[in-house]
Amino acid sequence: MQEKRYTLSVLVENTPGALARIAGLFSGRGFNIDSLCVAETLDPTLSHLTLVTHGDDQILEQILKQLRRLIDVYKVVNVTEEGDHVEREMALIKVRAEKENRDEIFRICEIFRCKIVDVSPKTYVVEVTGDRDKLEAVIELLKPMGIKEIVRTGVIAIRREKKSA
Amino acid sequence: MGEVMTGAKMVIEALKREGVEVLFGYPGGAILDIYDELYKAPELKHVLVRHEQGATHAADGYARSTGKVGVVLVTSGPGATNTVTGIATAYMDSIPIVVLTGQVPTRLIGNDAFQEVDITGITRPITKHNFLVKRIEDLPTIIKAAFYIAKTGRPGPVLVDIPKDIQQAKGEFYYPEEIKLRSYNPVYEPHIKQIERAYQLLENAERPVLMLGGGVISANASEEARKLAEKLKLPVVMTLMGLSAFPGDHEQSLGMLGMHGTYYANMAVANCDVLLAVGVRFDDRVTGKVDAFAPGAKIIHIDIDPSSIQKNVKVDVPIVADCKRALKRLLEFVKQGGKDKKYWEERFTDWWEQINIWKRRYPLVYKQEGDYIKPQFVIEKLWELTKGEAIITTEVGQNQMWTALFYKFKHPRSLITSGGLGTMGFGFPAAIGAQMGNPDKLVIDIAGDGSIQMNIQELATAVEQRLPIKIIILNNGFLGMVRQWQELFYGRRYSSVRFQVIPDFVKLAEAYGAVGMRITRPEEVEPALKKVLQTNSLVILDVHIAPEEGVFPMVPAGKATTEMILL
Repeated sequence: MQEKRYTLSVLVENTPGALARIAGLFSGRGFNIDSLCVAETLDPTLSHLTLVTHGDDQILEQILKQLRRLIDVYKVVNVTEEGDHVEREMALIKVRAEKENRDEIFRICEIFRCKIVDVSPKTYVVEVTGDRDKLEAVIELLKPMGIKEIVRTGVIAIRREKKSA
Repeated sequence: MGEVMTGAKMVIEALKREGVEVLFGYPGGAILDIYDELYKAPELKHVLVRHEQGATHAADGYARSTGKVGVVLVTSGPGATNTVTGIATAYMDSIPIVVLTGQVPTRLIGNDAFQEVDITGITRPITKHNFLVKRIEDLPTIIKAAFYIAKTGRPGPVLVDIPKDIQQAKGEFYYPEEIKLRSYNPVYEPHIKQIERAYQLLENAERPVLMLGGGVISANASEEARKLAEKLKLPVVMTLMGLSAFPGDHEQSLGMLGMHGTYYANMAVANCDVLLAVGVRFDDRVTGKVDAFAPGAKIIHIDIDPSSIQKNVKVDVPIVADCKRALKRLLEFVKQGGKDKKYWEERFTDWWEQINIWKRRYPLVYKQEGDYIKPQFVIEKLWELTKGEAIITTEVGQNQMWTALFYKFKHPRSLITSGGLGTMGFGFPAAIGAQMGNPDKLVIDIAGDGSIQMNIQELATAVEQRLPIKIIILNNGFLGMVRQWQELFYGRRYSSVRFQVIPDFVKLAEAYGAVGMRITRPEEVEPALKKVLQTNSLVILDVHIAPEEGVFPMVPAGKATTEMILL
């Protein structure tokens, strides 16, 4: 069966141990976590978790069922399969910025609408937000300049509302 | 306004409200306050075990045999970690128990304090849910939730870790009558369209099989299963956990399927065209090679846990529901369908003829040869003498499989065995729990000389409680099941399966104040068993059996269930 990437949106009780339960479920059952993002929601008793995983249909079905089986899990949505959604990720990229490549970095930042958020005599920190492809593209373009460090948030996702009534 | 009391008292009050009659436990520093309250509550019977693993298995045996929630009370650190195997055993077999552990005071948590261990962390993957109580005001609700979660949906163990300062803190006791958890809503009612599809499959079936698992027992659905089987004249096979869900001596019972299943049970499943599987999870010991499992069958799978469905086997009609309700609905469709008993009988005549051919070709047998006592003969005799009316617990290994094959279980909850985890040392402490829950019933632990030694210390507990449990040790001087695998698959290299020292079980029984007997010859079996059954105290019967007797049929691991090694 074919492996696919899935972005899952999970609402869990905001209790200690809830995240450990989810992480433990994935490691214990041999499922993959590609990225994981957790934060409070408007309702402080619930946390929202965006989880990117991959696997075939049968594994995905098990992941969804096993997640729903956890007592602390309130809701699980497979945003990849269930209609239109927006995905975003942010990366902070510390790149070597010598005299000869500063202009090039600026140009790349302009094209991709990135921000330079820290400057030192020899480095810039570039902030880039977008979907996965965009981040990958920026990283590829900055690589030749010499990337010193990258920190990524992991994906967050939200479903789009219907455009018409 | 609730009464103001300490956390420790709240625990005791909550247990009373939950209708708890008996606790299995062992005191220690971090649980002293609850034990102090227990001292003042004589209506709660406490069974003091000799090792916390014993307490957990006993609570488990109590739960399996009564259908109620088993309760364990232990201290922090080693007290808590000693419960781990018992919790995992209950988890694998979906048994409702609540384990209350003491914990070091809140301010010391994370400090590597004396007898501190992160027991909620350790037991997270082997509990249905667990709690660490951090505020006194949460305590009553958490205990309510623990019992609710343990016994509803797919049952399972729940652990509540209670720090010492919470036990000592005072708060208002308010115990909710009911609890609703927004993130936990088990589905009980089946989807009626799915039931209809299931019925249609059965109506058009030519070679159906009804397969029953542990879920039928935990849902108390044996009666419905039997009605359906009898009305439709369905052949019935059972998993190890499903044994006793349908009478083993019923003419429609084909016994157990799977790795050590009967020839005809496995053949029936392999050749059926509709498999109605109820309360099972298609464990690898049941399916063998998955691709060859019921290859030509449309599979209807009823289970309360959605994650059991489509996990190991591809299912055609999934039905997420309580087994009892689903079978009731299915029976309604049968009634509406209007086909009478004769119709079904005639419909499946050819199929039954085929099954009877299999039954005649390879019946369940053993060879009585030489002067050795055959273990199967012991079980058969025991079944005859008890008329199938005993509660039988088993240890794990050959003793378990011989029991499963040769004792024909009559009533649900009469077989208590560690199916999923396969925990050696389970049977005897489980028998303690079963006897506590069923004081008027005959409780027998069928053991091996290996596994009985894993929780032998509980002899003191059982004698102290004056429990007339009968322990029958099928003593072959080997770790028999491992030896059997070494014989068949490892070139008879018997690596570490022979004990050089085995205690004198007769003297051991006497040392604990119980009765001990030993037999070595076949003709001694019946009189000895009769004597054991007449003895009104704890008895160990040490039966020296044929040392290299195997369990057959056997499907080698990973093979199709039709590729059985037969005797």
